[in-house]
Amino acid sequence: MMTRHIPVRETILGAAILVLMALISTRFAGFVTPKNLANVFNDTAPLIILALGQMVVILTRCIDLSMAANLALTGMVVAMLNVAMPGLPIPIIIAVAILLGALMGAINGLLVWKLAIPPIVVTLGTMTIFRGIIFLISDGKWVNAHEMSKAFTGFPRAAFLGLPVLSWIAILTVIVFGVMMSRTALGRSIFAVGGNPHAAIYTGINVGKTQFLAFTLSGALAGLTGYLWVARYAVAYVDIAGGFELEVVAACVIGGISIAGGVGSVGGAVLGALFLGVVKNALPVVNISPFWQLAISGSAILIAVAFNARAGQTKGRIILKSAEGSV
Amino acid sequence: MTDMTDMTVNTRHVPNRLNSRAYRILRSWEALLLAVAVGIFVLNSFASPYFLNAWNLSDATYNFTEKGMIAFAMALLIISGEIDLSVASIIALASTAMGLAVQYGAGTPELVVIGLSVGLLCGAFNAIFVTVLGLPSIVVTIGTMSLFRGISYIILGDGAYRGYPDSFAWFGQGYIYWVFTAEIALFAVIAVIYGVVLHKTNFGRAVYAIGNNPTGALFSGIRVQRVKFILFLLTGLMSGVAAICLTSRLGSTRPSIATGMELEVVTMVVLGGISILGGSGSIPGVVIAAFVMGLVTFGLGLLNVPGIVMSIFIGLLLIGVIALPRIWTILAAKRSST
Repeated sequence: MMTRHIPVRETILGAAILVLMALISTRFAGFVTPKNLANVFNDTAPLIILALGQMVVILTRCIDLSMAANLALTGMVVAMLNVAMPGLPIPIIIAVAILLGALMGAINGLLVWKLAIPPIVVTLGTMTIFRGIIFLISDGKWVNAHEMSKAFTGFPRAAFLGLPVLSWIAILTVIVFGVMMSRTALGRSIFAVGGNPHAAIYTGINVGKTQFLAFTLSGALAGLTGYLWVARYAVAYVDIAGGFELEVVAACVIGGISIAGGVGSVGGAVLGALFLGVVKNALPVVNISPFWQLAISGSAILIAVAFNARAGQTKGRIILKSAEGSV
Repeated sequence: MTDMTDMTVNTRHVPNRLNSRAYRILRSWEALLLAVAVGIFVLNSFASPYFLNAWNLSDATYNFTEKGMIAFAMALLIISGEIDLSVASIIALASTAMGLAVQYGAGTPELVVIGLSVGLLCGAFNAIFVTVLGLPSIVVTIGTMSLFRGISYIILGDGAYRGYPDSFAWFGQGYIYWVFTAEIALFAVIAVIYGVVLHKTNFGRAVYAIGNNPTGALFSGIRVQRVKFILFLLTGLMSGVAAICLTSRLGSTRPSIATGMELEVVTMVVLGGISILGGSGSIPGVVIAAFVMGLVTFGLGLLNVPGIVMSIFIGLLLIGVIALPRIWTILAAKRSST
């Protein structure tokens, strides 16, 4: 029953994005040219990558509020690494970023798994700790463009088959996660843990370990995005991507991923991120003050969640479900 | 016979939180927290010669009074199994509304009414989504968090409101007696009210009941959605009160006012021993947690520790106070089993 709803939800969201773009094109035709749409996609690529990580975590009934702080810390570390050793090849930098991010995600996961601390508390705590550590290692200083090597900042922008590498990494991540969620045991157990943890235990799935792996995955993606972010904007400082963790959650919610766990899809997360990306890029084009963006994305979250809930379960089931969760 | 044994097995498996071991540990939670508070106080007075000064300590209370006021309402909300992440954005919107009213010549009484009304309206807005439409509060309030602050940005852009009347400054800068500020007095009054409501009234019992078992609470005749509606209203109202105090203290309004405060409020509540899963915790715990956070921030500030490094301590405190007792239990269980 659940799987029947998901494609409908995605189709509607996809249609909403198309209508939105059609409306924008009536005000400014240049917005829908392939070149500009590629730019919008590239600009949204970090959000897409992060939303996939957050999706995995939310599916297991957890939430990761430390993603943006993880991104910022990893970004600062690789930027400082680049300054200290300008000759270090980019693949090694990327490996360091992914491993460091995964390590921070694993810390979140271990606290959730082994000590059974609620995920929102754990990631609220690690969020402030990670931000603080950036200040400690950087002494509050910025790492600026001229200190970074050309290869370091050039990599995400390098064009490959007409698209920047940043866009390709996002596409690759979407494919990998699409396969993982639908074709691997880990993907299925992530859905099972979120859908019904008790049943998951009886089918031999280790709930805590699955949540741990979900956090590690989201951490690894945050780390990867950390390098891409710092290299793309060619600057690293304490507050980069401040507040971005909520935008990532927003992308997931708009994409129809249920905060109660177990319901959601890779396509939904991608469309949710694209929706926010289109809105963000369209506002200046259609002469609406960028100050409207926050209110618009807030309204989008509310509309999306109200809509998804109506398309989803009956009220009686929700009450029983929440009662079951609180026991 | 077999039926009888089955029944005993069944009754043993019915979870009863009120008499569980976790509840007894929580009862000593306030004691542990108080020890931490005293420890920090003593450490601070040795670390800095400026710490033990009545006026300095009075200034230090501003570190937690506004957050604390919201934390009491948030505590009730979290006990009932919901959460409100939009509180800081409600402050921004209420403060913007007051600033706008000042431009049209509103006086102090009107400002107070406007601040409280905007708080209540925002609370009602959240409540409708959660209780009438039945949506998860964490998502709703992440949405309204952007929406409320977004409206402030639409109204103010990158500008600021100033020119609040002189009498308005009393709320955030006034003293009622010697070093006791108006805010700390308000904080104390609100603490007592919430303590009585939560621990001495039927309403308070209903809040615990809903947090422990919403279905059970519904079947025992508690109007679950109505209680939750009131709790969201109260959280909005307290955010309005905090908005008045903060705006009065700063004397100006920017749309970025109180950014990130929602997380500090939640930290304060969790540190105070309120279970984030709902159903347990107490107001005295939140009061002590407010003091602990205020003392840590103030003491580290006197030692010239930058604010961002202090946040590491707050983060470690948040995870540490929950993790340490659990590690202790795990270690004790391992020792007794071997």
